[in-house]
Amino acid sequence: MSQTTSSGTGSTRLTDPYAPQQETTAGPVFTVTGQDWDSVVAGAADAEEERVVVNMGPQHPSTHGVLRLVLELEGETVTEARCGIGYLHTGIEKNMEFRTWTQGTTFCTRMDYLSPFYNEAAYAMGIERLLDIEDDVPERAQVMRVLLMELNRISSHLVAIATGGMEIGALTVMTIGFRERELVLDLFELITGLRMNHAFIRPGGVAQDMPPGALEQIREFVKLMNKRLPEYAAFCNANPVFKGRLSGVGHLDLAGCLALGITGPVLRSTGYAWDLRRTQPYWGYDTYDFDVVTWDTEDAYGRFRIRLEEMWQSLRIVEQCADRLAGLEGAPVVVADKKIAWPAQLAVGSDGMGNSLDHIRHIMGESMEALIHHFKLVTEGFRVPAGQAYGVVESPRGELACHVVSDGGTRPYRAHFRDPSFVNLQATSVMAEGGMVADIIVAVASLDPVMGGVDR
Amino acid sequence: MTPADREGTGGDSEEQGLHDAVRTEEAGTDAAEPQVGTSPQGPERDLGVQEQMRENTVVPATASPLEVVSVREGMFGVDGTGDTSGYGGLRRPVVMPGAAERPYGGWFDEVADRLAMLLGGAANRAVEQVVVHRGELTLHLRREHLVETVRHLRDDAHLRFEHCSGVSGVHFPADEGRELHAVYHLLSMTHNRRLRLEVSAPDADPHVPSVVAVYPTADWHERETYDFFGLVFDGHPSLTRILMPDDWPGHPQRKDYPLGGIPVEYKGATIPPPDTRRSYG
Repeated sequence: MSQTTSSGTGSTRLTDPYAPQQETTAGPVFTVTGQDWDSVVAGAADAEEERVVVNMGPQHPSTHGVLRLVLELEGETVTEARCGIGYLHTGIEKNMEFRTWTQGTTFCTRMDYLSPFYNEAAYAMGIERLLDIEDDVPERAQVMRVLLMELNRISSHLVAIATGGMEIGALTVMTIGFRERELVLDLFELITGLRMNHAFIRPGGVAQDMPPGALEQIREFVKLMNKRLPEYAAFCNANPVFKGRLSGVGHLDLAGCLALGITGPVLRSTGYAWDLRRTQPYWGYDTYDFDVVTWDTEDAYGRFRIRLEEMWQSLRIVEQCADRLAGLEGAPVVVADKKIAWPAQLAVGSDGMGNSLDHIRHIMGESMEALIHHFKLVTEGFRVPAGQAYGVVESPRGELACHVVSDGGTRPYRAHFRDPSFVNLQATSVMAEGGMVADIIVAVASLDPVMGGVDR
Repeated sequence: MTPADREGTGGDSEEQGLHDAVRTEEAGTDAAEPQVGTSPQGPERDLGVQEQMRENTVVPATASPLEVVSVREGMFGVDGTGDTSGYGGLRRPVVMPGAAERPYGGWFDEVADRLAMLLGGAANRAVEQVVVHRGELTLHLRREHLVETVRHLRDDAHLRFEHCSGVSGVHFPADEGRELHAVYHLLSMTHNRRLRLEVSAPDADPHVPSVVAVYPTADWHERETYDFFGLVFDGHPSLTRILMPDDWPGHPQRKDYPLGGIPVEYKGATIPPPDTRRSYG
């Protein structure tokens, strides 16, 4: 952390080479990196006004990754707060323009790394709309998508609560939060083969069918979570320290949310039941039984309670998905159109999950046409008709959208992601200014930004 | 759409139709560089429209000509004599979905009527064209009228697009005079509707008025679009780079900006960086 003070009439002459004094148009500026506070205080002592600008981050443990907060302080009170972002920018959108439509899923899944399935879902939805195959995606694929997304909502909210708790010193909330998240990641690993960055929801369906035994494990997980989720409520809901830190902090009302484009739990904490799963249902969400959770306190505590309750609702949906999947055993998980569907299913071999030997036997030994088809689809990819579409899903952080533009080629002409973290972070100044420094941590944690998604 | 249908109307066969048309034209005009929109390419363009229309069920068959944003040449991304595939002479225009004609369907007409009423005499000048594609409504606006239009869209009780979901840029280097596009995604929570606005600016004058005064959330979105495309949003309170470093030269998402990368050696073979690999356009 570095600190800079400037004063109108600095008079002390500094000779310390590590804290040089600079003359600027705004007066002398002292840059301090070591422990020479005495000389700084002496230099700033006879200043008429004092501005203290503190850089919090980008390597600060409480800023949720590489978020940089530039704070102007008056004592402990924040008078101005600004965000500096871009430290995790990796050019994912640019890179996607140089890969096929299907390969794009492996890039976009890495953006908001706590909710990878939602990134893939928004992207796949945009492509499917352009391909005009939205109604052709098989039911089993839709249910699997919903199942994975709701499990993902649980794991994402667990991290939000866990890290949010850790940042205010509630370390037990952190340890139990990550303990439960591991269970969800185990399910992801079982179903997709990976704990993060799955690239599992593909244009046209999903990459792979459920492995045997997955439904039983999901049911066991639901049973276990029914026992464990009440622990969070017992730890936090009425805890006076917890409530004292969260209540009334990070206040943002409905008008503020709409002006700043805020969605997700922050919007719902104002009492407005806006949830795209209900208001603009996609992929069969209108057929599931669940409640949209709202709160009326417009503060960080309300957002915590919403996340907690949303995990219960997600568990309800997961149970319904498991029941439906049991009745859809053996149904296809990708569109029937062979010009779009990935040609091979993976299979478990002696060295783990890999190429299906049956498929390799087919293309290498039996059918020349199948080999050509496989080669064309995998290296060249399918073409998407020219146009643009906007795929929108309700991610754990709010409205996650993907604007895909196609020029009729095999690669995205442009894929732009509207990441909810990016938008929600704009509320930082409104929530922080006028409050205490310590409350910024709580306010930012209640927004739950994921810098991978913000910077892309 | 079943696979059989797709075989029949979409994808390959449609493109084949375009190829044939283009190649016929090519034979007539020798190897001269085709200028899209000029007379030699006229018939080809019309055919492109019809082909597109047949596949597209949302836009009425009477729609006006489509927007040609680019021309794709060859087959494997190789230029000049290096292309020995036999597809080197192939020219395919890239056409975006064209203007829709009334009725647009659903609530689209209501919104269009109401907006035209509110804009009054400026309506024809403000809205270049209305595109309905895949069930999504896009209004192409002239940039001078953008702020006035979004103000109506937000404030009028019958429109009430109170939420600006985002702003994204698109670069069409071949679309002369309209190279840079800014696309606004609006959402009306009151009426549960989504609407897309699109404005364009030429590369030589990359200015678009800022909508931050109407939608404060557009602040960071416009900064992002400026950062990546060099579109200057006039009236933005602090139009600075947001994701790239402050002193970064160039605007990375433009099509003329290289992806970068270095060749990587792996087990004796050299893998070129992604932007220099074979592409199938």
